[in-house]
Amino acid sequence: MEFLAATTLSDALAAKREQPEAVPLMGGTDVMVELNFDRRRPPALLDLTGVRELDEWSMDGDVVRLGAGVTYTRVIEELGQALPGLAMASRTVGSPQIRNRGTVGGNLGAASPAGDSHPPLLAAGAKIELASVTGTRTVSIDDFYTGVKSHAGRPDELITAVLVRSARGPQQFSKIGTRNAMVIAVSSFGLALHPDVKRVRTGIGSAAPTPRRAVEAESFLSSALEEHDLWETRAALADSLVREFGERVKAAARPIDDVRGTAAYRLHSLAVMARRTLGWAWADYAGGTA
Amino acid sequence: MRVTTTVNGERYDVDDVWEGESLLYMLRERMGLPGSKNACEQGECGSCTVYLDGLPVCACLVAAGQAGGRQVTTVEGLGSAEDLHPVQQAFIAAGAVQCGFCTPGLIVQTHDLLRRDPHPDDAEIREALAGNLCRCTGYEKILDAVRLAAETMSAAPVDDPSGAAS
Repeated sequence: MEFLAATTLSDALAAKREQPEAVPLMGGTDVMVELNFDRRRPPALLDLTGVRELDEWSMDGDVVRLGAGVTYTRVIEELGQALPGLAMASRTVGSPQIRNRGTVGGNLGAASPAGDSHPPLLAAGAKIELASVTGTRTVSIDDFYTGVKSHAGRPDELITAVLVRSARGPQQFSKIGTRNAMVIAVSSFGLALHPDVKRVRTGIGSAAPTPRRAVEAESFLSSALEEHDLWETRAALADSLVREFGERVKAAARPIDDVRGTAAYRLHSLAVMARRTLGWAWADYAGGTA
Repeated sequence: MRVTTTVNGERYDVDDVWEGESLLYMLRERMGLPGSKNACEQGECGSCTVYLDGLPVCACLVAAGQAGGRQVTTVEGLGSAEDLHPVQQAFIAAGAVQCGFCTPGLIVQTHDLLRRDPHPDDAEIREALAGNLCRCTGYEKILDAVRLAAETMSAAPVDDPSGAAS
């Protein structure tokens, strides 16, 4: 095995071009577990923790450009206002030690259906920046997840950043597990209100082969909110509307039975989380604080 | 490969490191620093908690090569048998040590907590230690130890050897 330690982005991209099978390594919270347990022996590790360009975030207008190497701890401490959904999800990741190491870029690279970043990024409508020696492109989060633990990046590309518009409305995240800390989600759900475009977006975690939106539930809710002038009046949502939204979110999931939970429980919990997160987000919106 | 790193203030050149091995393995098996404990090897238990450039991390999830050029502080760097750190003394005084396997990780994590927040409430202590598992004590004595350490340290502040910029 080779250990390639890049210190600049151009070095890292050149290394990935040279050895596309090299596994990018940031916080190690997935990759090192696979190595420690002899589950994986890649020909090379490409350490990106020394690449300063990946370790920064910046604002471009109202868009946050979140470098792939920014840790969960920093998302929580520095981006709670701009990216509330992602910050909420970040607070549920592992433990303080894990949040000091784990990165949103690494979560996207692993592309596990259970990754905590995915639902809020789907709900926010993020874009993923992919770079190679031949150039940089962005992929909508809607097209990013291509299968179980696989994504749209090519073997010669690295995930360099996530582009997320600063929140225009309330965002919420909910996750089911056996305790608060150190939990891989049994199921999870992210929701974002986008009052500026009168849309609601969602993200489902741990309940399908990939993280995914509940597109039909979003359309249903967005239409109902518009039809009843609720974006303007900010009036309370009818219980029947909230329940129907929960049922439609559930209908978008395709969970399996596994060691963490049954498919039936995942479906049930999704309907509950969808209902609750919508209730919390709408209460914020009705309160006019967002 | 060779890894050059600074551990507890001392520079080390470590040879014959396997490219896929963890910082924890390198510390314990190649550098004679067995204070950090190897239990779960998946970041679940916190027994291998060390400071890396001033932040507490699980050494089992850091590749040895990633510690190259960085500052590591292990439990050995916080105090010695002759000169225990107040956090270590508090764990002994409060009876927070039974089998002792989780203790080094708890000491480092508690050290970090009290450095950032000298007067944590119980919820903050529980949150800070949420990634450190103890199968003996039931945690009550550990909470006592953290409260005691907070008291003694605010009465008599000590130097911070963790390498943090703060």
